[in-house]
Amino acid sequence: MSVVRAAESLLALSQQEELEDLPKDYPLSPSEDEGDIDGERKHQKLLEAISSLDGKNRWKLAERSEASLKVSEFNVTSEGSGEKLVLSDLLGPVKTSSSLATVKKQLNRVKSKKTVELPLNKEEVERIHREVAFNKTSQALSKWDPIILKNRQAEQLVFPLKKEQSAFAPIEHVLSGWKARTPLEQEVFNLLHKNKQPVTDPLLTPVEKASLKAMSLEEAKMRRAELQRARALQSYYEARARREKKIKSKKYHKVLKKGKARKALREFEKLQKANPTAALEELEKIEKARMMERMSLKHQNSGKWAKSKAIMAKYDLEARQAMQEQLARNKELTQKLQVASDSEEEEEGAEEEGELVPDAVNEIQMDANGPNPWMLRNHLRGTGEAKVRDPEKLPEPVAHEASESEEEERPGAEEEILLNEFEERRSLRKKSALNQDTEPVSRQEPKDSSSKEVLSELRALSQKLNRENQQCGKQNMSSTRTVPAVQREEPAEVEEEPLLLQRPERAHTVEELEELGKEECFQNKEVPKPMGEGQQSERNPNNQPGTPKEKKRKEEMIDLQNLLTTKSPSVKSLAVPTTVEELEDEEERDQKRMIKEAFAGDDVIRDFLKEKREAVEASKPKDVDLTLPGWGEWGGMGLKPSAKKRRRFLIKTPEGPPRKDKNLPNVIINEKRNVHAAAHQVRVLPYPFTHHQQFERTIQTPIGSTWNTQRAFQKLTMPKVVTKPGHIIKPIKAEDVGYRSSSRSDLSVVQRNPKQLSIRHKKQLKKNSVD
Amino acid sequence: METAPKQGRDVPPKKDRLQAKKKKPRRYWEEEATLTAAGASPGPPRNKKRNRELRPQRPKNTNIAKKSRISRKPQLPRKHRERRNTEPQRSVSGAQDPFPGPAPVPVEVARKFRRIDKSKKLPHSKSKTRNRLEVAEAEEEEISIKAARSELLLAEEPGFLEGEDGEDTAKIRQADIVEAVDIASAAKHFDLNLRQFGPYRLNYSPTGRHLAFGGRRGHVATLDWVTKRLMCEINVMEAVRDIRFLHSEALLAVAQNRWLHIYDNQGIELHCIRRCDRVTRLEFLPFHFLLATASETGFLTYLDVSVGKIVAALNARAGRLDVMTKNPYNAVIHLGHSNGTVSLWSPAMKEPLAKILCHRGGVRAVAVDSAGTYMATSGLDHQLKIFDLRGMFQPLSARTLPQGAGHLAFSQRGLLAAGIGDVVNIWAGQGKASPPSLEQPYLTHRLSGHVHGLHFCPFEDVLGVGHNGGITSMLVPGAAEPNFDGLESNPYRSQKQRQEWEVKALLEKVPAELICLDPRALAEVDVISLEQEKKERIERLGYDPEAKAPFQPKPKRKGRSSTASLVKRKRKVMDEEHRDKVRQSLELQPQKQEKKAKPLRARPSALDRFVC
Repeated sequence: MSVVRAAESLLALSQQEELEDLPKDYPLSPSEDEGDIDGERKHQKLLEAISSLDGKNRWKLAERSEASLKVSEFNVTSEGSGEKLVLSDLLGPVKTSSSLATVKKQLNRVKSKKTVELPLNKEEVERIHREVAFNKTSQALSKWDPIILKNRQAEQLVFPLKKEQSAFAPIEHVLSGWKARTPLEQEVFNLLHKNKQPVTDPLLTPVEKASLKAMSLEEAKMRRAELQRARALQSYYEARARREKKIKSKKYHKVLKKGKARKALREFEKLQKANPTAALEELEKIEKARMMERMSLKHQNSGKWAKSKAIMAKYDLEARQAMQEQLARNKELTQKLQVASDSEEEEEGAEEEGELVPDAVNEIQMDANGPNPWMLRNHLRGTGEAKVRDPEKLPEPVAHEASESEEEERPGAEEEILLNEFEERRSLRKKSALNQDTEPVSRQEPKDSSSKEVLSELRALSQKLNRENQQCGKQNMSSTRTVPAVQREEPAEVEEEPLLLQRPERAHTVEELEELGKEECFQNKEVPKPMGEGQQSERNPNNQPGTPKEKKRKEEMIDLQNLLTTKSPSVKSLAVPTTVEELEDEEERDQKRMIKEAFAGDDVIRDFLKEKREAVEASKPKDVDLTLPGWGEWGGMGLKPSAKKRRRFLIKTPEGPPRKDKNLPNVIINEKRNVHAAAHQVRVLPYPFTHHQQFERTIQTPIGSTWNTQRAFQKLTMPKVVTKPGHIIKPIKAEDVGYRSSSRSDLSVVQRNPKQLSIRHKKQLKKNSVD
Repeated sequence: METAPKQGRDVPPKKDRLQAKKKKPRRYWEEEATLTAAGASPGPPRNKKRNRELRPQRPKNTNIAKKSRISRKPQLPRKHRERRNTEPQRSVSGAQDPFPGPAPVPVEVARKFRRIDKSKKLPHSKSKTRNRLEVAEAEEEEISIKAARSELLLAEEPGFLEGEDGEDTAKIRQADIVEAVDIASAAKHFDLNLRQFGPYRLNYSPTGRHLAFGGRRGHVATLDWVTKRLMCEINVMEAVRDIRFLHSEALLAVAQNRWLHIYDNQGIELHCIRRCDRVTRLEFLPFHFLLATASETGFLTYLDVSVGKIVAALNARAGRLDVMTKNPYNAVIHLGHSNGTVSLWSPAMKEPLAKILCHRGGVRAVAVDSAGTYMATSGLDHQLKIFDLRGMFQPLSARTLPQGAGHLAFSQRGLLAAGIGDVVNIWAGQGKASPPSLEQPYLTHRLSGHVHGLHFCPFEDVLGVGHNGGITSMLVPGAAEPNFDGLESNPYRSQKQRQEWEVKALLEKVPAELICLDPRALAEVDVISLEQEKKERIERLGYDPEAKAPFQPKPKRKGRSSTASLVKRKRKVMDEEHRDKVRQSLELQPQKQEKKAKPLRARPSALDRFVC
């Protein structure tokens, strides 16, 4: 298209040019000069041509005024008919004249030019100028940012800013103004002069000094070259990595991965030959990969990709292949490595056998030779449980078991737990045999019945309290009834579940059990009233995990148990002063009985628990009751709004945080806020902090001299800004902080040369300039 | 000038290879440098020196320490060389520091002075905040190091008593101890036979220099017990219940039968405070200038002795109060009651801060150790118990005494003394911060009469015992703090110093309302009022200025930013936030569910009704 158009335009041009050139051509034609006859006509023609120049009748055809010898049909004059037409004449106009080219150019220029735009209005121009100026200024000022930051973070600012960093002058400068006066000095100087030692002159010449400071040129060059090389290498490497990273071809990556795998295999083989220990390590790594694979199930066709492929697999062969490949990879990864050693195979065999035998047997075997981490861990766990005998940890599996027996979901897991329990029991039995001598001490614990009684009572009462708290209103009555029921159930449980017997706190042997029973009987005799409770509480902590109880409750009971253990007094007889000792040993028991009798009446613990309950109740946030009696239903004397309505209009306040003494049965902690002290506390967070804990951390260190050494105190209370009295504090200058030029000159430079402008601004400015 | 040679050596070792190729420009110092470079590795960087400060060091003043120092000697010369190379500066005389750099600080000691608890996780903070936190932490570390370094100044060591292989220290008698110790210490053991004016209460002044005692039949005296110089002796012609020095030895509060009286050191009655009547026990809080009195009428009254005003009069509602002690750590007053509880009081609160059930019978005596960690109580049930006061208030150990202790006192280093009838038993712990173990008494002593008052003398290994037959000053090795703070309580201070100290102490007086269970809680932000103020501000402004602006989707490229897609994006973010909220609420759920599940399990069976 464009070619055609160009041709057209060319044609048009040539026509015009012809027209313009007409007047020039006519007089130049030499063929018409010859004949006299022709002279007149020629003259006329010339006139015509001149007249036609005014433009109107340019295209007027030449009129035929007289008869001619040969009349041309096509209005061609017959002059010069005798002359021969030369080819060169025809070809003449085709050649472009130089004048034409210039015109063409002009034409092109005119054509390319569009309509001229309006100049921007004044405001806009000013705005652009302002923007540019602002950018420049902020750029120029931003160099101060680090200094401002530094000053803000500085521990202390001293004004006026001291400039002279090194006031230290070389000794020779100091000495220059000094002359030897005393005879001794003169003598010394004479000596020095004789030996040609430098006296007042600088020890080093200035050139030497300069060379001292500077690195040598060669060194610098070398260093620079090295740096350049390193930089270039780095950039190459980076570019390559970037390119490789961008490659999206899956095939490429696949090939790459395969190549890597192959290489690794080869290396491994090599390593096996060269360095078997390192190879073993490598093997372990592979084993780990296998473990990871087994754990993660990464190639199990269960991922997102695999699922999408599975849909496609029916129709797409490739997808099918990909899936199979993945599965194969999974198999490969999960496959156990065969290391050629017979002993391990044997072990494997043993393991397989072990599955038939209970774990307990198996584990002992594994103890001796356990490369398998799974088995090892299992074993460790078993022994750990047996060894630690953590009272808190132990109840868990039991509770678990209880829940499982109800549900009967996973028999396998249950079996495992049971086996573990067996194992635990056995190890415990061994231990008990070993620790025979330590046991009596623990057995004697309950001997001091008085304190124990206190505790047991406390515990029982607190239990009751809890129950009462938890079961509101109606259930209050039934709760008291449930107590004995639970109590009755528990002995049966003890018989049913011998597993529970292995807890460390428990009596281990039959004799101990008997003893326990005796003690309880003894207690019964002594204090007939709280018997039931006492007995129950005696057992309750032990059976606790077995009985279905709430977790929170459990926690509390554990605490109580702690209380019990700590409260039990030391076993040994008291080492009193020798004089008193004999007296006390005999009368001790009598006294205890006397005390018990004396305090039988006032039930201190019950009172305390009551008080605590009241305190708890008082501190609880109250619900708001918005019921209007008689609204929407009958009202009047003796009529109460319906329960439904009450429930609807009762606004429950959210429960506050748990009380601090929730798990401490023997303590009441006041939860009220100390308003007077709060008035002294910080109640506004200062600026950079968003959370109160952050701020608290910064004010945790005391700054008073009472808590700090003198130096530390001085440092902590150092003023942030120090000004010297009698000094003028001048504003900071660029020279002060090591900049060469002042900021103002920078600004002026910026305004003069608009070199670094943003592209948009450049464009706009250009437009303006064109206008 | 110094930098020039350094730079030459600091360039990386690669340079050597390069230099080998080209000819190295020669320097006049080159010889020296190459020599030293060949001899030793390049000197350690500067910050390494700081690290060395904190490395664990051998304990001071022991033989082992000296040995270890000797064993290290071979290393030392190399170190000098290094130092000399890195820093060409030398002292004028040419002598060198054999132990360059600051003295190392043992890490454990420095840890003792750490204040910031780094175990607590902080919420994520912005960089500016983080800067501030870092500065605070660095400061704290530096300060703790300084404090640890100043431990060196605590030159004195506590005394101790050690039995010869297997010998029970409780069997060592006072006479034996007196025989063994030097004359000056032996003079600290004495007996005052004052049989006439009945059982005595006694009190040492805060510096440990003066002793005041009051007999039940009105005998009041103060003396400089070290020099045995009597300062005053009067008879108030009234029963004396308790006696106590105020902030200095110049003022003396005496709880008499009717009212509380204050005397000066010459025995002149300065005040008679009638608002404190029938006072049974006195306790003085030195940093608050508060005199706490417990009365027969059941009131606990706080008297500000610096202005003479009663700060608070609290009704304990537990009958007669005659067991009281102070917690020196937080200035909380502990009262023992006849119902076996110990209540903790502060003047700012009308109710007790805490109540602890300690004994089945009434509480006879209470004592709190100087660090405020342990409380010892003895009750009518003949038990002696030690409680942990750090939050849980649980008993740590207990034992039954044949007669029960009527009086208890803790020494500065945590020894516990108990007056049992006419016997004084003292128990000691393993270390300073451990509770006294009640297994074996450390010392016992039998007096000529029943014990009526016990007080350990500060800064002296002496226990003062007031009894029916007068006063006994016992020697208890290892009882007191061996190092005193000369600015705080100086036993040797002059009158002028005392006056100056008084002014300073008054200036630093702590307001009474700051007394609370955990004094460190005062350094925390008052979160409740902070939130309250925030809420008020939001109400006032009508919007939350700190709230996160609602999500505004950014305009995307042409065609992507249709209204629908904008809404979609907004919805997405909203849903995400909602999900977070739900997740958080779900985390709280299990507790509630357990609550619900519980009554189901404990459902009473129909047969229960036949049981009761």
